[in-house]
Amino acid sequence: MNDSATLDESRIRSAGAEPHADAPRARAAERLAGGEFSTVGDVTVPDPIFSCRHVNVYYGEKHAIRDVSIDIARQEVLAMIGPSGCGKSTFLRCLNRMNDTIPSARVTGSILLDGRDIYDRKQDVVQLRARVGMVFQKPNPFPKSIYENVAYGPRIHGLAADRVELDEIVHTSLQRAGLWDEVKDRLSQPATSLSGGQQQRLCIARTIAVNPEVILMDEPCSALDPIATARIEDLIDELRATYAIVIVTHSMQQAARVSQRTAYFHLGSLVEVGPTERIFTNPRHRLTEAYITGRFG
Amino acid sequence: MSEEGKPVRRPRTPRETQELVERSLRRRYGAERRFRAYGLCAVILGIAFVAFLFATILAQGVSVFRQAYVQLDVFYDPEVIDPSGTRREDDLRLADYEALVRTALRAEFPGIEGRRDVRQLTRLVSSGAAHELQRRVLANPGLVGQRERVWLLASADVDLLLKGEIARDEIGEEGRLSEEQLAWIDTLRERGRLELRFNRTFFVNGDSREPEQAGVRGAVMGSFFTLLLTLILSFPIGVAAAVYLEEFAPRNRWTDLIEVNINNLAAVPSIVFGLLGLAVFIGFFGLPRSAPLVGALVLTLLTLPTIIIAARAALKAVPPSIRDAALAMGASPIQTVVHHVLPLAMPGILTGTIIGMARALGETAPLLMIGMVAFIVDVPSGFTDPATALPVQIFLWSDSPERGFVERTSGAIIVLLAFLIVMNTAAVLLRRRFERRW
Ligand SMILES: Nc1ncnc2c1ncn2[C@@H]1O[C@H](COP(=O)(O)OP(=O)(O)OP(=O)(O)O)[C@@H](O)[C@H]1O
Ligand SMILES: [Mg+2]
Repeated sequence: MNDSATLDESRIRSAGAEPHADAPRARAAERLAGGEFSTVGDVTVPDPIFSCRHVNVYYGEKHAIRDVSIDIARQEVLAMIGPSGCGKSTFLRCLNRMNDTIPSARVTGSILLDGRDIYDRKQDVVQLRARVGMVFQKPNPFPKSIYENVAYGPRIHGLAADRVELDEIVHTSLQRAGLWDEVKDRLSQPATSLSGGQQQRLCIARTIAVNPEVILMDEPCSALDPIATARIEDLIDELRATYAIVIVTHSMQQAARVSQRTAYFHLGSLVEVGPTERIFTNPRHRLTEAYITGRFG
Repeated sequence: MSEEGKPVRRPRTPRETQELVERSLRRRYGAERRFRAYGLCAVILGIAFVAFLFATILAQGVSVFRQAYVQLDVFYDPEVIDPSGTRREDDLRLADYEALVRTALRAEFPGIEGRRDVRQLTRLVSSGAAHELQRRVLANPGLVGQRERVWLLASADVDLLLKGEIARDEIGEEGRLSEEQLAWIDTLRERGRLELRFNRTFFVNGDSREPEQAGVRGAVMGSFFTLLLTLILSFPIGVAAAVYLEEFAPRNRWTDLIEVNINNLAAVPSIVFGLLGLAVFIGFFGLPRSAPLVGALVLTLLTLPTIIIAARAALKAVPPSIRDAALAMGASPIQTVVHHVLPLAMPGILTGTIIGMARALGETAPLLMIGMVAFIVDVPSGFTDPATALPVQIFLWSDSPERGFVERTSGAIIVLLAFLIVMNTAAVLLRRRFERRW
């Protein structure tokens, strides 16, 4: 789909020098990046919930994420797109430190959540993951009952004082995930007996049951049929009112439908960021354009 | 086909491809059929061996569940057992119960006088009969002065004769039954006073030099205490070690070294563990010899590698997506393991544990080293009492010259197998429970 597979850094950098409407903010970004900025478009947002600067990820020798800086806004959906293997999942997993589980993974740079570095020694990972929920590409419900799946998070975090409150949390979470009507009579049945789309919505319900501030979604619809996909997209749209959402997707249409900002990754670098509409109608970087048009055409 | 000597392949038509596929299919099906036949042969062979084993053991061993008993009218003569009339337990314990048996037998055959005949007559009854009377009196001192009709253990020779293990014409050999004895036996049988009854003795007695009095209770209890302690020690230690190595330990040279050594330990001959136990637990720590405690410690060392390897394999088989899901929910690593990974791995861990325990149950060599091979009559009642174990008991009895021990040996093997089956069934039931939790 791309005519040149290798990334020419200098070309990105030259393309990055672009007049911007919001001049002071662009200058701020320039300052933050120390002049080495290579991403096209404005990576900053006012009052970001996440603020990532010069993030590099290595898997042993392999340099999987190269100097990525990006802000994530509150109450907004950020879509991450890019060819397979470009590091979208890797970057997403940095945001709730799931990369900690991979022994060879090493993260440098700073990722601030509400102004505090999440890779700081004092940061508690458990607390971080309670604030930053994650939905995986493959539905992975616990092999327990539907009820237990949703109740698990509130239970371990002590969010419910009693059984009644727990029931209430389970009910609202399932309702918000659009699953309540389908499962209300079978809460004690195994979650694995649900269909793939239902399982994915259960995973979303499970995530929102702990009331996180950010929800990370790694290709949540890749295994789902169009109807289930549409339901989840509706759900994302609705959740945007309360949460910041980062979604990785291979579907341009999905990115265009659900997100307000889009980030295009290529071989570990963040090539272009911008409002979704602008990215899809008027991509500034040659690679972004090639990717988008390649998919559309 | 070729120009300039270079063969140029014409692309195959679908039809030709189909034919090729069909030909290869025939070959594949043939291979499959052959393979299935091999598998079936192997299974049948295995079942045949097991059936042969069970059949021979059962054939030799079932007779042990019945035993010859003589019914006698016993008078608990106060003159004999409590001449002082105090009913003190010590006096009652030391009384001459054999005299009671003798009197009862002579009452059965009034015509018999003469010391030789009386001795021959009393030989029909086991020396355990006197113990039985003693036990009854001690349990109920009120019996003194009473008359009671009791079934008492017959001697080993009578037992073997009744079971057809020795022929009547074998008489005359030293120690065997004489003509007179045969006549008395026939009389007793006609009167319904001598018959094969359920062999309670075998299940309530400890070991004995007399085959008719020897029972498996001591060995069963010894095995039970040993295995119980082995399970209590090796299951948590093994699971904890496996969880640590699999879920928490960093992957480096040290953990590699540990892994290699665990695998090596699993292959070390058991007698080496016995020697180790002798040197360390008995020699260094001064723990008692022949005790289930030491046996359990040695068997724990023996089963730990098996349990750790099985548990690690079971933990490894838990899909990583479950761990990711739990961690991403904000579960701490230990919560992830306890709430999600361990329940899913538990069936596999239990399987490994039961394999380890079954091996421990059948282990003889290390127990020999730590003295659980001693001749112990008393049934152990704790972890530090001297004891022996079932496989050692089998070994000891199979080594005994007396004919009566042949069936005891097989009987003990049957008990061992039953023990094993009970253990395995418990494990299967437990595993079902865990599996039903999806
Ligand atoms: N655990 C790992 N160990 C080593 N290399 C890894 C590991 N995970 C990912 N990588 C490498 O890092 C790069 C980025 O991988 P990542 O999974 O982030 O890609 P992605 O953009 O999510 O791709 P996809 O769209 O196919 O999911 C890839 O080249 C991959 O080979
Ligand atoms: Mg991915």
